Amino acid sequence: MKIAVLAKQTFDTEAKITLKDGKVSEDGINLILNPYDEVAVEEALQIKEKQGGEVIVVTAGPEKTQDTLRQALAMGADKGVVVSADADADEYARAGILAKAVGGLGADLILCGHVAADDGSSQVPTRMAEILNLPHVNVVRKLELNGGVATCTRETDGGTEIIEVKLPAVITCQVGMNEPRYPSMKGIMQAKKKPVDKVAGEALANKTTVESLFIPPPKAAGKKIEGEAADVAAQLVNWLKNEARVVG
Amino acid sequence: MAKGTWVVIDQRDGKIRKVSLELISKACEFGDEVAAVIMGQGVEGLAAEAGKAGADKVYLVDDAKFAVYNTGAYAAQLAALAKKYEPATILFGHSAMGKDLAPRAAQKLDTGLVTDCTDVEASGGKLTFTRPIYAGKAFAKVSCAAVPAMATIRANIFDVAEAGKTPEVIKADVAVTDADLYQTIKEFIPTVSSRPELTEANYVVSGGRGAKGAEGFKLLEELADIFGAAVGASRAAIDSGWIDNQYQVGQTGKVVNPILYVAAGISGAIQHVAGMSSSKNIVSINKDPEAPIFAISDFGVVGDMFAVVPEMIKELKK
Ligand SMILES: Cc1cc2nc3c(=O)[nH]c(=O)nc-3n(C[C@H](O)[C@H](O)[C@H](O)COP(=O)(O)OP(=O)(O)OC[C@H]3O[C@@H](n4cnc5c(N)ncnc54)[C@H](O)[C@@H]3O)c2cc1C
Ligand SMILES: Nc1ncnc2c1ncn2[C@@H]1O[C@H](COP(=O)(O)O)[C@@H](O)[C@H]1O
Repeated sequence: MKIAVLAKQTFDTEAKITLKDGKVSEDGINLILNPYDEVAVEEALQIKEKQGGEVIVVTAGPEKTQDTLRQALAMGADKGVVVSADADADEYARAGILAKAVGGLGADLILCGHVAADDGSSQVPTRMAEILNLPHVNVVRKLELNGGVATCTRETDGGTEIIEVKLPAVITCQVGMNEPRYPSMKGIMQAKKKPVDKVAGEALANKTTVESLFIPPPKAAGKKIEGEAADVAAQLVNWLKNEARVVG
Repeated sequence: MAKGTWVVIDQRDGKIRKVSLELISKACEFGDEVAAVIMGQGVEGLAAEAGKAGADKVYLVDDAKFAVYNTGAYAAQLAALAKKYEPATILFGHSAMGKDLAPRAAQKLDTGLVTDCTDVEASGGKLTFTRPIYAGKAFAKVSCAAVPAMATIRANIFDVAEAGKTPEVIKADVAVTDADLYQTIKEFIPTVSSRPELTEANYVVSGGRGAKGAEGFKLLEELADIFGAAVGASRAAIDSGWIDNQYQVGQTGKVVNPILYVAAGISGAIQHVAGMSSSKNIVSINKDPEAPIFAISDFGVVGDMFAVVPEMIKELKK
């Protein structure tokens, strides 16, 4: 089984966001592998360990996105592909670029994160599936493969859904699917020697325009009280009723 | 020339999700025709509900192929309709269905899509969408010059209006091939709960590590019952196994937007806050006066939740 995994570099989830020249500043930011992509890499490795095959990690972005690939390679992926892409490429452009790179790999299964922790758009894998004319299933928590069919358990509004699609397919992963492993020392050493292809991505024009960015004003903290339980509860309920007016 | 705003209705078992109606009412402010797209089986009756919220028109697709949501059929049908009738804008709720359907349809229509929006402004015939990035630590204002402009928008942001329109219903032909039916929905296991769903709830009561166990959540459920609230949790509570992971609020969980959010025994880690900071009123109960949750709370109580919550319940029941 040949598995391609889409991996994106994102900011550490603890990162403090500031703006510089109208853009999000990367100064002092710790860059990590998108947490959902980590789950996708882990899932790919577990499948490979069970039934054999190859795991190829694909990322699109500027030069430094390579570091992210090294993490996936250190976890155990076999090979990386870095496609050059403009840092400002929107989801349409990124999906087009990635579809071209992934389409040529002949993968049986394409695993992705269901959302990127930075732009949070949840678009790229689904758009890519459409371009490649492949089925997709989003936000999957459990994946079973059997005779060329993927059985996916996904959480949806109001319940859990079990969906079957034929391979090849694009599946996006949700945390909880597995526990991503930490790279071992040996893995980190080996990763340095693993092959990484560099491909020039075609420049696709964006469909959307970011007009401006802003940091929301910090929320002013309201009342903070301390005291005897019955008394503070009475004050709180009074506030709910008469000031916030959220209970009758 | 493309014109009008479409709202794609999210419905299951003939029940429209509130966010779809919210978007119809909001779209009426854009000053152009508003149409609802209803796909399903046995869903003709939903047209009236869309009209009540403000839809001038309804595009109705009623067929067994749409009995349950599946990406392929819905995306192909929506794209075919949009190519035929040329709307200027297509809106979806940022629900499980919207998130799944919108990108696939946008790609078929070779257009742009702005997801997870928290606001939309119309000016000079152009829509500008506001959306959080970096889990709400910053926001972007984004427009889409490509046509149709598409967006998914969060629930609980706009009100449902009483527009009282009687929409013109246009029955559309089914435009789905066998190749589009690539997903087989084997099973849907509904969550059995008498509570509202987290993402659409007006009241949410959440517990964290401070709830100390399933017992603590029992207490919080009792409080939730009074408000008719959904129950949520921090990841620490979920990782401890006290409550199912579908109830996680935060960056890697659900985003909630209620009029009241009660955080009990939750420290207010940045990843938790990402899922609840847009709540209209935030009340927190925490033993630690330095807990970061207080910085974003409208009303904070420094105290033991096992002492304060029972008193709150008593007081509310008065
Ligand atoms: C990539 C990533 C994604 C994450 N995503 C999420 C997410 O989606 N959602 C999420 O919630 N977390 C998420 N986390 C975890 C997050 O960083 C925190 O670890 C978590 O939110 C802490 O949960 P907590 O506040 O319940 O626990 P703690 O931080 O341990 O806080 C417990 C609080 O309870 C208080 N307390 C204890 N006893 C009592 C009592 N009797 N009465 C009142 N107060 C009491 C304490 O003072 C303390 O403030 C994520 C982390 C990472 C790295
Ligand atoms: N530049 C990129 N390089 C590699 N994978 C990406 C890139 N952008 C998005 N993805 C994949 O698409 C998923 C969803 O991203 P998004 O649509 O941006 O929220 C991510 O979790 C990745 O798996």
